[in-house]
Amino acid sequence: MASIDIESVGKVYTGNVRAVTDINLAIKDGEFIVLVGPSGCGKSTLLRMLAGLETISEGAVKIGARVVNQVEPADRDIAMVFQNYALYPHMTVRQNLEYGLKNRKTPKAEIDARVAEAARMLEITQYLDRKPRALSGGQRQRVAMGRAIVRKPSVFLFDEPLSNLDAKLRVSMRGEIKRLQRRLGTTSIYVTHDQLEAMTLADRLVVLNGGKIEQVGSPLEVYHTPASTFVASFIGSPAMNLVKAECQGDKLVIGPAMISLNGYAPTSGAVTVGMRAEDLRVVTGDKGMPFAVEYVEELGSQRLVHGVVGDQSLTIALSGETEIPANMRIDIDPAKLHFFAQADGKRISAADRSGAAADAPSPAPVA
Amino acid sequence: MMDTKRTTFQNKWLPYVLLAPQLFITLIFFIWPAGQAVKSSFEREDPFGFSTVFVGLQHYARLMQDPNYLDSFLRTAVFAVAVTVISMLLGLLFAVAVDRLMRSARVYTTLLVWPYAVAPVVAGVLWFFLFNSSTGILPYYLSFFGIKWDHNLNGTHAMILIIIAAAWKQISYNFLFFLAGLQSVPHTLMEAAAIDGSGPIKRFFDISLPLLSPTTFFLFIVNVNYTMFDTFSIVDATTNGGPAQSTNILVYKVYQDGYLGLNLGSSSAQSVLLMLIVIVLIFVQFRFVERRVQY
Repeated sequence: MASIDIESVGKVYTGNVRAVTDINLAIKDGEFIVLVGPSGCGKSTLLRMLAGLETISEGAVKIGARVVNQVEPADRDIAMVFQNYALYPHMTVRQNLEYGLKNRKTPKAEIDARVAEAARMLEITQYLDRKPRALSGGQRQRVAMGRAIVRKPSVFLFDEPLSNLDAKLRVSMRGEIKRLQRRLGTTSIYVTHDQLEAMTLADRLVVLNGGKIEQVGSPLEVYHTPASTFVASFIGSPAMNLVKAECQGDKLVIGPAMISLNGYAPTSGAVTVGMRAEDLRVVTGDKGMPFAVEYVEELGSQRLVHGVVGDQSLTIALSGETEIPANMRIDIDPAKLHFFAQADGKRISAADRSGAAADAPSPAPVA
Repeated sequence: MMDTKRTTFQNKWLPYVLLAPQLFITLIFFIWPAGQAVKSSFEREDPFGFSTVFVGLQHYARLMQDPNYLDSFLRTAVFAVAVTVISMLLGLLFAVAVDRLMRSARVYTTLLVWPYAVAPVVAGVLWFFLFNSSTGILPYYLSFFGIKWDHNLNGTHAMILIIIAAAWKQISYNFLFFLAGLQSVPHTLMEAAAIDGSGPIKRFFDISLPLLSPTTFFLFIVNVNYTMFDTFSIVDATTNGGPAQSTNILVYKVYQDGYLGLNLGSSSAQSVLLMLIVIVLIFVQFRFVERRVQY
């Protein structure tokens, strides 16, 4: 078990290509951290720097109390699960699990005990004498996790471990990883581009964009108070509606429509306004904004209605049975509006709570 | 399995027409001579070529009791094993070295492949000059170590010379295959092994080498074939099988006994035996190399 301190870490590749810029992150012992972001945001690079597979160009990484910048991957007391599993194809499952322990001269009895325990935990005992090619994707994934578990490392690193699995298996493996991590209490860092995976697994989310941290916080903090338009559009499905608008006193003008802010106006002038699809609701009469429906996606429990207000696209999530009227008008509780500066996309908050969100205690109890 | 993608032709004779040129060449230049060799290995011809007598297995029986032939067999085995081991080890060594290179790997690859483009006879002559006992540069350096190099008189020296010349030419080929093999080992396997506490040398022996085993087995067969058949010109250009038969390997002995000694029956029997050895090797290769993949 160990805490991890990432201090002003950056990565510059040869030819002055910058992948990661000034990352600062303090990870507590036993925490489950998810690094999430689109392709090329530097999340895998950051993980590989922690693993020791990439050199650290700038800053320092501490695992426990020790700076590991110059420490070999094998001596960092970490275990990694790779996207393509990276199982040794010429070894049986048992040999795959044993390999790291044998290299460390663990006594034979200890190896057998640990392999048996990991195999039981992951329900792969009956496959121990098979080669990886005789296993399904999900089973290979379990073996890859088993290889990490038997080592009893201080830190687990996961590099998109579920992205090669089909959707159904991904959901069940996701639950299993979470359960396992809770049980072992091992500090874990998990890289993914899938925001749903990030939300469900993380104690704390780290949203990365262009090699920089956009926001750090518990999943619900990030969901409810996104620090920027990037986070707002990346976390949550369907993505948060972002429209250009203007605060005029206590009114918000969106194209041809106007809604009352009831004292929630944090600023005045041009802003980007964020609205979660599920916060928008259908209203009758002449309140709210006129909404021209373009098409509807039926998800069974929900219907996603896509349309425009003025010339700006919006998506509304309605419960499955909701009627869609011919001349639709929509409205939103002003308390649920998110305001972002148009220039840099940063959150504008009347009480300036955006700073407080980043260092809130976690894991946050879910009400 | 590929049924859905297979194109079927209605035309009955078109496939045969398309195959005909290759079949024709195979028949004229391979099957027919081979058949002639088999036929004449059972016959004895009089010195003037007027008559042939069927003698059954007499030539084969004689060969099995001929100390010269059995010696040649042994020499061929030494030669084949030495050339195969040396050229494969060096090929693998160079492949590992180039595989670790970030930059200029292509330049090294190109340079290392050059010897393969050299004709065997030229390779033989090159090494013949390098090792020439009166003008060569290598005997000059060897003389400092008290070695008096002379492959014209010393049979061991002559054998070493043809081993070096034959291996040198084959290193390129092995290098290319080993390099391709090494580069197809997934990078994450190496990273996983590094995290599992395995150093670069241990990683090579635990991960790379086992994964290369299909390549290694294939190259072993190909190299043994090469030394048995394709090394004729190297021997012919350097030692002519001498001194005192010491480099008279099977393929050269076939030529010497048949073409120079005009003992066509025995020569044919030798070539049939050589052919059988190669057929067995090819059979082993097709039978096992495809299936005996290590993982």
